[in-house]
Amino acid sequence: MRKFITKHGWSYLFILPSMLTFTVFTLIPVLWSFVISFQRYSLARGGQWANPFYANYVTAFTQTQGVFVRAISNTLVYSICTVIVNVTLGLILASLIQPLSHKLRTFFRAAYYLPAVSSALLIGMTWAYIYNGSWGFANYLLRLVGLAPVRWLSDPDIAMWSIIVSTLLTVPATAVVLFSAAMGSIPSDYYEAAELDGAGPIRKWWSITVPLIKSTTLYLAVIYTIASFEVFDKIYVMVPSGVANSTQTIVTQIYNSAFKDFDMGVASAQALVLFLLIATVAVFQFRIFRTDVEY
Amino acid sequence: MIKTIALPLPLPRKFRPGRIVGWALLIFTTVIALFPMYWLFTNALTPITSTPPLTPVLIPAFSLDNFTRLVTNNKYYINWMINSLVVATAVTVWHVFFDTLSGYAFAKRNFPLKNVFFWMILSTLMIPPQVTLIPVYLITRQLDILDSLLALIMPGTAAAFGIFLMRQFIQTLPRELEEAARMDGCSEFGVFWRIVLPLCKPAIAALAIFTFVRYWNDFLWPVVALSKPQNYTLTVGIANMQGEFMTDWGIIFSGAALSALPMIIFFLLFQRYFLEGVRMGAVKG
Repeated sequence: MRKFITKHGWSYLFILPSMLTFTVFTLIPVLWSFVISFQRYSLARGGQWANPFYANYVTAFTQTQGVFVRAISNTLVYSICTVIVNVTLGLILASLIQPLSHKLRTFFRAAYYLPAVSSALLIGMTWAYIYNGSWGFANYLLRLVGLAPVRWLSDPDIAMWSIIVSTLLTVPATAVVLFSAAMGSIPSDYYEAAELDGAGPIRKWWSITVPLIKSTTLYLAVIYTIASFEVFDKIYVMVPSGVANSTQTIVTQIYNSAFKDFDMGVASAQALVLFLLIATVAVFQFRIFRTDVEY
Repeated sequence: MIKTIALPLPLPRKFRPGRIVGWALLIFTTVIALFPMYWLFTNALTPITSTPPLTPVLIPAFSLDNFTRLVTNNKYYINWMINSLVVATAVTVWHVFFDTLSGYAFAKRNFPLKNVFFWMILSTLMIPPQVTLIPVYLITRQLDILDSLLALIMPGTAAAFGIFLMRQFIQTLPRELEEAARMDGCSEFGVFWRIVLPLCKPAIAALAIFTFVRYWNDFLWPVVALSKPQNYTLTVGIANMQGEFMTDWGIIFSGAALSALPMIIFFLLFQRYFLEGVRMGAVKG
């Protein structure tokens, strides 16, 4: 025993603080969340097993005319639009800045990255001002060209699309930086060989650059998918009360179930549905993009 | 040898429509990227006491009127800024020290159950924070620290990503230095403190920036955990300002703009480290 302590004591001491907070605030919560999703949980009385055990999952999908289903479909639409546009736009912009001088490249990367250091909440607030019905910049542009103003964030048919457009118009800074780094590490002989074979710039880009940065594409697709599935802050601030359920997403639903209805069981069930969706999409993406390229 | 390659638009001597389209796209996206922030600051620097003008102000008046009214009418604004600073700093200091310490143990030391512990950490990396939100709420409520800064700091120290990042980095460090230090009679903690920690500077910079920005900008957990206005962090505060100062948009604009300013200055000062951090997979945006 004493030998064990002198040999390994330091190692355990080194990981102890991290493992302690990790256990209390991550490991136990993950497991507990799973348990609560099968319980009727009240803040006053604690948890009792639900009957039938999957009752919260049924309630999650059926309460208030199945708004959770609407929230899932809103989230999926938001996610598909943002992931596709972010990855594509990131790839195009990174390709365009790649041939520029070092100074210009640094300038564009910094310009794209600058807004990204602000919170999603603040970006959302700023967009809410742009979309403001009376004095917003969006309607000002419409007035300039003689069009009728649009109720960007208060018309239930438009509000979710306004939110999506605001995300699409936020330049995907991470994608530009990562693609740019990946392109910089492709050996130049590949391009020289292609040039000898008479390949033009577009051909070289499509046949060399794009395939060789596939692992970056996969990584970005996964992180943008996760981020878009978890969208909450900007929706909370852009449409504080929701527009006739048309702007509900999975996380706004979790928030409402837990901290407006105080139904922790249903909220946990919804959170686990979110986790399953993210895991499924991530596995799917790994299969599509699987790459064995080494260079 | 690997050379950096300039592609796919080489410098042509003849006219190329592709180049013009490319430049147009770069300039257009730059304007789009910076416009919302520009407009926010323009409005914040223009004296507005009620509803903003119908014709948008596009040139700032460089007046600090709104900011003066902000600090006089909103007595908690300074508190919010201090709270955000305290939370982000405390969580960052924790992660810089303890993630490096345990990252070192996982990378370079052997001990029973090491892989079990590490896999536990790895397996929770993909789990969305919304899954732990409710149990963390119940635990902090049990600990009686809800609606205090501790409620933000303590769960913040549990993020496992930094341990993973530091382990990956420390694995690439040569073992010889540590062994030489041990030969010279350095204690086990001394090896970490004098040899490993100084070598980790680039990774620590990335981790520190990532953690600080993340907790400065955090919203979901703070809005759940905090209820008294004096305990708010900046994000929660400015989200609630809209209801409170409904008629005075100047205050709202200046409050929002001022909340963005520290991060923007921070970015402009440490740009290189930010972009390095993005490349290491640490910073999102």
